[in-house]
Amino acid sequence: MTSKEIIALLPYQYPFLFVDDICTVDENAITGTYTYDRHLPFYEGHFKANPVTPGVILTETMAQIGLVALGIYMMYKTGELQKNVQIAFTSANVDFYIPVYPEEKVTVKSVKEYFRFNKLKCNVEMYNENKELVSRGTLAGMIKQNQ
Amino acid sequence: MKDKSRMIAELKTIIKPYVQDQEAFGNLDEDTDFINDLKVNSANLVDIILDIEDKYDIEIDNESMEKMLTVRAALEVVNKKLGHSYDSPQE
Repeated sequence: MTSKEIIALLPYQYPFLFVDDICTVDENAITGTYTYDRHLPFYEGHFKANPVTPGVILTETMAQIGLVALGIYMMYKTGELQKNVQIAFTSANVDFYIPVYPEEKVTVKSVKEYFRFNKLKCNVEMYNENKELVSRGTLAGMIKQNQ
Repeated sequence: MKDKSRMIAELKTIIKPYVQDQEAFGNLDEDTDFINDLKVNSANLVDIILDIEDKYDIEIDNESMEKMLTVRAALEVVNKKLGHSYDSPQE
């Protein structure tokens, strides 16, 4: 399964798709990247005349790569995956260390804690291009095949 | 079979952190439904099942998990996995 195939199966599109590339993926871990386009609409308001990527968007990016892309890959591996995956983000406990500005490229690394009874829980980290830790946390969601 | 009231007390300790309706939790009995009465969400129901696995050192399969929606059903599954007979009283 290629990076493009995984991204094509994600249920998001601009301006809410925060995955450019999946660099590595296996049944336990995933690494992916995203560059925040300076035209993304939220920069207009966060903050006034001072665009900084909101923490909720960083969390969403961590979840799209670290939970959803990994979950889709794992369901593909077990043969459960068809189309129309149903997703619910159920918890996030994230700490933020340094800001991310427009046009910055981030790398998300996620390691599975467990994937059982349709619940995927992962430990996820985000780094900037200087390999500095941007954020770190534990995320969980329910991922299953639409019946 | 382990003493039922002791098992219910053990179960209460496991589910307490995930409960959203404290009044229903105070009135918990065998008929209490995790989702409808205690307002546990589906993700936290998974955590309860995983905590039960750790507590009793058992492995719960998907089919059993889907049945474990009430205190009574959870006790039945745990006792079955532990190899204890369990007769749910019919009233």
